Amino acid sequence: MNTSMHINKTYKLYIDGKFSRTESGRYMKWVNPNNDQTINFCRSSRKDYRNAVQSSRNAFNKWNNFSGYNRGQILYRIAEMLDSRKEQFISELMVQGKSKKQSKQEVSMSIDRLVYYAGWSDKFQQIFSRVNPVSTPHYNFSTPEPSGVVSIIAPKDSYLLGFISVIVPAIIGGNTVVVLASENNPLCAISFSEVLHSSDVPNGVINILSGFTNELIDHFSSHMDVNTVINCGLDLKDTELIQKNSAVNIKRVINYGAIDWMNHDSQDPYFIMDCQEIKTTWHPIGY
Amino acid sequence: MSKNSKAKKNSSTTWQYSNALESVDHISISPIYNLYIGGKFVKPLTKKYFNSINPANEKKLAEIALAGKSDVNKAVLAARSAYDNVWCRMDSAERGKYIYRIARLIQEKSRELAIIESLDGGKPIRESRDIDIPLAAAHFFYYAGWADKLDYVFPGRKTSSIGVAGQIIPWNFPLLMAAWKIAPALASGNTVVLKPAESTPLTALKLAEIIQESDLPPGVVNIITGDGTTGELLVNNTKVDKIAFTGSTEVGKIIIKSLAGSKKKYSLELGGKAANIICEDASIDQAVEGIINSIFFNQGHVCCAGSRLYVQESISNQIISKLKNRMDHLILGDPLDKNTDIGAINSNAQLKKIKMYLDLGKNEGGIIYQSKHSIPKKGYWCAPTLFTDISQSHRIVQEEIFGPVLAIQTFRTIDEVIAKANNTPYGLSGGVWTDKGSKIFQISKEIRAGVIWANTFNIFDPTSPFGGYKESGIGREGGLEGISPYVNFINRT
Amino acid sequence: MIYNTTIDQVGCSERVKRIFSRSIKKESKMWALKKILSMLDLTTLEGSDSPGKVKQLCYKAAHLHDKHPGLPRVAAICVYPNMVSIAQESLKGTNIKTASVATGFPSGMTNLRAKLDEVKYAVNEGAEEVDMVISRGHFLSGELNYVSDEIAKVKEACGNAKLKVILETGELCTLDNVRKASDLAMDSGADFIKTSTGKITESATPIVVLTMLEAIRDNYHLTGKKIGMKPAGGISKSKLAIQYLVMVRETLGNDWLTPDLFRFGASSLANDVLMQIIKQGQGNYQSSNYFSLD
Repeated sequence: MNTSMHINKTYKLYIDGKFSRTESGRYMKWVNPNNDQTINFCRSSRKDYRNAVQSSRNAFNKWNNFSGYNRGQILYRIAEMLDSRKEQFISELMVQGKSKKQSKQEVSMSIDRLVYYAGWSDKFQQIFSRVNPVSTPHYNFSTPEPSGVVSIIAPKDSYLLGFISVIVPAIIGGNTVVVLASENNPLCAISFSEVLHSSDVPNGVINILSGFTNELIDHFSSHMDVNTVINCGLDLKDTELIQKNSAVNIKRVINYGAIDWMNHDSQDPYFIMDCQEIKTTWHPIGY
Repeated sequence: MSKNSKAKKNSSTTWQYSNALESVDHISISPIYNLYIGGKFVKPLTKKYFNSINPANEKKLAEIALAGKSDVNKAVLAARSAYDNVWCRMDSAERGKYIYRIARLIQEKSRELAIIESLDGGKPIRESRDIDIPLAAAHFFYYAGWADKLDYVFPGRKTSSIGVAGQIIPWNFPLLMAAWKIAPALASGNTVVLKPAESTPLTALKLAEIIQESDLPPGVVNIITGDGTTGELLVNNTKVDKIAFTGSTEVGKIIIKSLAGSKKKYSLELGGKAANIICEDASIDQAVEGIINSIFFNQGHVCCAGSRLYVQESISNQIISKLKNRMDHLILGDPLDKNTDIGAINSNAQLKKIKMYLDLGKNEGGIIYQSKHSIPKKGYWCAPTLFTDISQSHRIVQEEIFGPVLAIQTFRTIDEVIAKANNTPYGLSGGVWTDKGSKIFQISKEIRAGVIWANTFNIFDPTSPFGGYKESGIGREGGLEGISPYVNFINRT
Repeated sequence: MIYNTTIDQVGCSERVKRIFSRSIKKESKMWALKKILSMLDLTTLEGSDSPGKVKQLCYKAAHLHDKHPGLPRVAAICVYPNMVSIAQESLKGTNIKTASVATGFPSGMTNLRAKLDEVKYAVNEGAEEVDMVISRGHFLSGELNYVSDEIAKVKEACGNAKLKVILETGELCTLDNVRKASDLAMDSGADFIKTSTGKITESATPIVVLTMLEAIRDNYHLTGKKIGMKPAGGISKSKLAIQYLVMVRETLGNDWLTPDLFRFGASSLANDVLMQIIKQGQGNYQSSNYFSLD
């Protein structure tokens, strides 16, 4: 009998549409609680983060100029790709300690959430745009526009659904993101980059890093070319640090620490609006 | 100023406008103003006062109370108790009625307020009379109507008020900024502690009198005067739930840092260095007028001023010569003269800062042009100024001067000018002038700023959201968006 | 020539509002009132005009200052061609000019030869100034060369007489057209450009006048030639006339504040200006009952 040996996968970072190793050459160990097998994830450095931000900045204009319809199609494609790899994600969630039932539910909710936000791609602008009835002879309208490059510290405990729930509203609104996967369980996030890779998402729109929050949080919040920070951590010291750092270039700081992502109500267009700016344009009416 | 007026002689061939001074016999300014806390004017526990002076003649207008730590505490407690016991429990339609009442009283006293605004801040009476005060009243009127309609603001979401809002406002539009802050806060059910700017507290204190006259329940609005320290005490007061600040980016950053770790919400309206882009197919004379409004409105003390002018190469000579001609017809002088276009610089400190930039611009090799005006001997004045022969790397192109100083560059292609327009940490406003519709939409979409004026500049309306991208601030004031900073979503942090 | 300067109506109105917000008081008001008087083209252009009426008007023009010494005379009397000689006669010994409308005023709906004949007739009768109308139909249908040639030929026919070209802006639809017609008229030989005939409902409006003044300014910067301006129709109050002077001063400068370069085409304005001048002198408001009607 010829037993073929199991091939272990190398888990890499996802930067600028490429699977790359950390430039630091360092790793972080993750132990499978079921069988004590270990996986070595990349322990991202600030330089990895810097490269990711650069890639996000480069991608921003292009992605922002995609039509809402087009972004919706791409998001829907991500949902399709996730659906086709459902089993993989269920087993990964189970490996990370969830029951089969919980895992199935989380994957199915993740797909639903993607579809939910895909649908908003060409609609939230209509809900949040308006023509303002100014009293001068001008046509005046306000529309949402993406804030730019968004740094995200993903939820530590909701490593698939939470991860998706925080990045998707940001990108559907035209932002590009650099996201730090759950430090406790980065597996799903890293696997999700493979889903993204087969989903027509332009390079740089979503960059995914694994690593230690305490090593990266300072850079995530102090980089001068980042416009918004989303923090899903609950640590008060981290929150304070992010807030302080945000002052360097007046970043918008969004805290999602207390949100239960398994709740069906934890999705709405206001999550999209958290990473939007309102632009108001004036023009005279005459001839 | 009387000396200046004697120079205005008419001969058979030249016509000068005689003085047309606004009469001031009907206004009342007290010699001393105290703090407005809990519905009463009370002496400051610091026992300290500072002077508010008229920047056009350096004369003292009144003594103003300086609020210290205990005063700030007292005001916040008054606001807290008014919030808990009265304001957040009041029927929202009734709340609205109080705000309407304030709007009406401002309209009734509009001329007095306009004159005091010009006396205290140095801005031309034409602007305070036609812009500042009517807009302030309109702002209260607009938000009064929202008070009982908040359920329609955020589709699918219920909101609640936040509590006590600490609000700090600048000296460039004193009463208007007070209106921008107070009106939405009250309409959405919050109570307020407002701190006006040190150099321009008078109209806010007149507003306090109006609020008292309106019978607004005591403590719903408290107005405390003081300097930067007073503002800092308000920001750091633990019983304040929300901070709203309009002022410099520098102070905005300090506020963000000091709020770190607290649960306070904040909204900020900060600096700017707006690009005003003139394309070769623009309506030239209207564009020239637009440039004048964009930079010389309120002596350039405007965060959204179009202080960086970009003119397409083929029309740059024409635009610059017309601009100089137009500048020479501006009238600089007594803010209370109805014909004054350019009033006094708000304070000596600001004048020094502007002069520093004028020297800097010259030292960096810029070519300066200043319109020819006789400058009054007393008071703080700066003639309208242009700089040409400069580039993106000049500090007068990069930094907010907050004075009547325009930095002019030329451009060839639209891509080039968009890149230059966005080459700044700020993102408050921008302007574009062209006769071509598609170009307007392209440029206004690409400029990263919160307000874009196309074929117009520096106009405002209570229904129209105003606020910045990037380092120009967080949040919007005006319009329906202006309510967001003053509410929390129920069931979501 | 390509005439493609565009005018934004709202921006133009905002500028007008700003100009009109100037507060003109005391000496500067008196200066303006007298200047306005000196810039008046007193006008009578009715089918019912009679020699008697024209004589009366001329008499009034020549004797305005009898009761109020120190007042300037009006600039001109503007009449139909067949009244020119009567006006000319009545104004002898004054420096008041005789102006005549011509070229099929007010519609201009006749052929070029008839127009030129009429101009020559008026000039022969003694007209020192000719107010012509442009062919709006040709202008609006895009035949700019036709309009330009016509103006040039009328100019030639005028000889030494000054040519004022009436654009009849109320029929030109847009400010862009007003600007285009102004540029075209100046290039074709106009000494003055004038807003209106006074024979249609819409006459001189502030935005139109501003647009024309700006055209004159641009033309001056380009050619060094000073072209005059004449708003006409609907200007019956001193206040408005003063506001127009402010507009001239702040657009073209003090150089244009002379009857050689700026005129008001009006009939009832004279009385109002007189009333104001007397009010300024005596301090009390005046009644129209004390000022003769013609």
